[in-house]
Amino acid sequence: MDFPFLLSTMKALLAATPTTLGLFSLSIFFGGLLALLIVTMRVSNNIVARNFAKGYIFVFRGSPLLIQMFLVFYGLGQFGVIRHSFVWPALREPFVCAVLSLALCTGGYSAEIFRSGLRAVPPGEVEAARAAGMSGFLLLRRIIAPIAFRHALPAYSTEIVLMVKSTALASLVTVWEITGVAQRLISQTYRTMEVFMCAAALYLILNFLILQVLALIEHRLNRHDRRPAERKPSVLSAFFGSRA
Amino acid sequence: MEIFTLLGFGEKGWGVLILTGMALTLCVTLASLAIGAVIGAIIAAAKLSNRWWARALGTAYTTIFRGVPELLIIYLIYFGGSSAVTAIGQAMGIQGFLGMPSFLAGALAVGLISAAYQAEVYRGAYRAIPKGEIEAASSIGMPPMRCLRRIILPQILRFAIPGLNNVWQLSLKDSALISVTGLAELMRTTQVAAGSTRQYFMFYIVGGLLYLVLTSFSERVFNSAERRSNKSMPRGMGQV
Repeated sequence: MDFPFLLSTMKALLAATPTTLGLFSLSIFFGGLLALLIVTMRVSNNIVARNFAKGYIFVFRGSPLLIQMFLVFYGLGQFGVIRHSFVWPALREPFVCAVLSLALCTGGYSAEIFRSGLRAVPPGEVEAARAAGMSGFLLLRRIIAPIAFRHALPAYSTEIVLMVKSTALASLVTVWEITGVAQRLISQTYRTMEVFMCAAALYLILNFLILQVLALIEHRLNRHDRRPAERKPSVLSAFFGSRA
Repeated sequence: MEIFTLLGFGEKGWGVLILTGMALTLCVTLASLAIGAVIGAIIAAAKLSNRWWARALGTAYTTIFRGVPELLIIYLIYFGGSSAVTAIGQAMGIQGFLGMPSFLAGALAVGLISAAYQAEVYRGAYRAIPKGEIEAASSIGMPPMRCLRRIILPQILRFAIPGLNNVWQLSLKDSALISVTGLAELMRTTQVAAGSTRQYFMFYIVGGLLYLVLTSFSERVFNSAERRSNKSMPRGMGQV
C-alpha cells in the first residue's frame, strides 16, 4: 500500500466533491419541481396534458441519460435561434447543461414515483376532507401531499441514490466532478485499483450519508404509525438533532 | 432531402453503421445479462446462506456495485483489465501496451453491475416460494439438489421475470456508457456520426429513438414471457 499516493488521490477527489454535490442537489431540486409539474399533468383530466406527460415519461425513462446529456450539450448549440438568445450564456456552460439534462431525466422517473404515492392516498380520506369543507390547494397541502409523499419516499430514496451515481456522467461533458478527476488520475498514473478504491469509497460514504438523512425523514414522517416500543433512534440521529 | 441521405443506406448514409451499432448494443447487453445471471445467482446464494461471512461478502458486493457510478466501474474493468492484459503480454514476451477487448470489458463491467441487481431479484424470488413446498419436497425424501432443480429453480425463474425486466432495462441504458471504451455500439456510432456530419441534434434524436425502440420492444417480450410463465397459476394481484 502506497499511502502517500492514496492520500494525494483522496485530496484531489475531495476537491472535486463540491462539484458532484452541486450537480446532485441542483438537479434533485429542479428535477423534483419538474416531476411535480409532470405528475400534475399525468393525473389531470385534460387529455392533451395527460398524453404529453405519458410521452415525456416514456421518452426520458426509455433512453439513456448519456444520449440526453449529449443532445442538450452538443445538440442545442446547433441552432442559431438558441445561440443568439438570452439563454445561450447559460447553456454554453457544461455545468448548466449537465444539471439541465439530469433534472429532465430525473423529472420523468420521479413523476412516476410520485404518481405511485398519489395512488396510495385512500379515497376515503379525500372524501372526508371534502365533507369537512376542504378543497383545492388546502386539500392538497393538508391531506393528499403528506400521505402521497410518505408513501413515495422509499422509492424516491432509491431514485436519489441513482442520481448521485448519475452525476458521474457529467464528466463526459467536461464537468470535473469525482469520476472525471478519477479518470484523469487513472490515465496519468495507470494505478487503476487505488484510484478506483478512493473514488468508490467517496461515493459509498456520500450515498450512506444521504440514505441516513432520508431514513431519518422517513422515520419522522411515520411517527403516527408506530407503537412506542418501536421508537428507536437512528445511529446518526445525534448528528441531525432528532428527538424521536 | 439531406436527412434521408445521411440516414440512408447509400454511400454517404450512416444507416448501416447505426443499425450495426444497435445490434451490437443488443449483443453486449445480452452478454452482460448472462454474466450477471451467473454471478448474481452466486451472490444471491451467498446472501441467503447460513454462514455469516458469505452473507457479509454478498452484502458488500451488492453495496459496492449498486452504490458506485457505473462509469467508474467501466473505467475500473477497462483500464484495470488492460493493465492486466499488458502484464500478461510482457510475461509472454510481448512489449508495449495491450488493450483489453472493449466488447469483453464492457460486457463484464455491465455484467458485474447487473449481477448486483439480479442478486436482489433472485433473493426476492426465493423468498416468494412458500416454505411449505420445500418442506413437502424434503418430507417425501427428495434430495436437496433435486429439490433445487424441480421445486426451487422453476419458481424462482417465474417470480424473477418482472424484476429481470427492470434489470434488463437498466443494463440496456448502462450499455450506452460502454461507448467510452470505443466499442462501436449504438451510442458510440451515433456520437461518431454526429461529430463527423456536425448534425448533432438530428443524430442524437435518432439514437435516442432507437434506444426507445429497444426498450419498448424488450418490455413487450418480458410482458409476454410473464404471461406465459403464469399460465398455470391462478390470476392474482399485480399480474399483467
